[in-house]
Amino acid sequence: MRFTKDHEWVAVEGDIATVGITAYAAEQLGDVVFVEVPEVGKTVAQGEGLAVVESVKAASDVYAPVSGEVVEANAELGDAPETVNAVPEAGGWFAKLKLSNPAEVDALMDRDAYEAFLSTL
Amino acid sequence: MSTDDLKKTPLFDAHVAAGARMVPFAGYSMPVQYKDGVLKEHLWTREHAGLFDVSHMGQARIRGENPAKSFEKVVSADYQGLKAGKQRYGVLLNEGGGIIDDLMTARPDDDGLFVVVNGACKDNDYAIIARELAGEATVTRLEDRALLALQGPEAAAVLAAHVPEAATMVFMDARALTAFGVDAIISRSGYTGEDGYELSVPASEAARIWNTLLEDERVRPIGLGARDSLRLEAGLPLYGHDLDETVSPIEAGLNFAVGKSRREAGDFLGAARIAKELAGELSRVRVNLKVLEGAPAREGADIADADGAVIGKVTSGGFGPSFGGAIAIGFVPPAFAVIGSTLKVIVRGKPAAAEVVASPFVPPRYVRKL
Repeated sequence: MRFTKDHEWVAVEGDIATVGITAYAAEQLGDVVFVEVPEVGKTVAQGEGLAVVESVKAASDVYAPVSGEVVEANAELGDAPETVNAVPEAGGWFAKLKLSNPAEVDALMDRDAYEAFLSTL
Repeated sequence: MSTDDLKKTPLFDAHVAAGARMVPFAGYSMPVQYKDGVLKEHLWTREHAGLFDVSHMGQARIRGENPAKSFEKVVSADYQGLKAGKQRYGVLLNEGGGIIDDLMTARPDDDGLFVVVNGACKDNDYAIIARELAGEATVTRLEDRALLALQGPEAAAVLAAHVPEAATMVFMDARALTAFGVDAIISRSGYTGEDGYELSVPASEAARIWNTLLEDERVRPIGLGARDSLRLEAGLPLYGHDLDETVSPIEAGLNFAVGKSRREAGDFLGAARIAKELAGELSRVRVNLKVLEGAPAREGADIADADGAVIGKVTSGGFGPSFGGAIAIGFVPPAFAVIGSTLKVIVRGKPAAAEVVASPFVPPRYVRKL
């Protein structure tokens, strides 16, 4: 799993990247009450808005950590947005992207680097 | 403003010790939530009793020969008719009939009027009141007092254990009495739609009283995040969002804040506009919307008619935990403010159906009779 400074995670299998937000981000957001996932077929560039996650208090953008085409969105979050809080780095994933530039993944932080980054916040 | 410039309430240390997340609000460092988080804090208040620190709000006394008569120059409510031991909501108006602030005014004792105003507005409010009342009444800030709110269906039982007299009060009663061994001003009122009390106490004793109330297992500390979702469900407007200097009390559906005797006399700032609007010349009115699909519509989202033409804006919106869905307050032309009709809210470019519903979203539980 790789991480961004915006607290997204990416898990890559072949040329498919699963994307979600980290446990730290989920904790900071508080109780998630709504998730807007992207439509399948949408193409996103690294850093573009991919999803929107809403707590009672506010809406927050989730940015695409890597570029690619959305091949699947997590439909379960429609009925169970709280999954993002319960298992942010597993069942609470937002979308699967078909990587258009796999080299972007290598440039992201690994777990140790991300935890070191969190300790500076 | 850097964090260092923020003011602290007398309960700042208690909030930090309780694990609160502190944020800047109205120039103060305030708890937006505690460890439970906004959702649980909201639901706890609706089921048990929530304790809020609202010491950022301005507390003041208006004193003079006839302070109620003097105060009526700048506010629209009937304060000469306010009985001893009662509190009444009012709005401070500008010359154009727009709302400078909304406030509570009480007559808890013989020492003039006791006024509570919004924290972010207080300096401006006091300057205006002092200027307009110059020569006949004075405004004295009570900087050495804290303000706590205890809200929820178990609030009355909790407070009665410490202050038996509180149980003899009804909604909008306000009394000066001895509570927790100190001089307190207690009103049976709040900003959640629940039964409950607001307690003005000496700042030096606030932490002790806060901790004493929290020793009761029915009471938990509640942050500003849940205060906002609670008041939204209760259909209570928030200054700086639903109300501002362009909005009149009639547009905002706060007709009750303009006293009957005051309407007839027309003797306050902005009276001309108020009279016109009461006669039906209104370009916009407040509506409550239940968002029927998609994401919550938040402040700033456009409201459109069935054909997609923009007719207004959302001024407060979010998820109502007790309501169980997305709700919003906004302003639209009167022709569209028809309960049961369907409008649209535009969230991130996408229109979603929203039904105009009656206020409040969640039934209030004020205790009007004992």
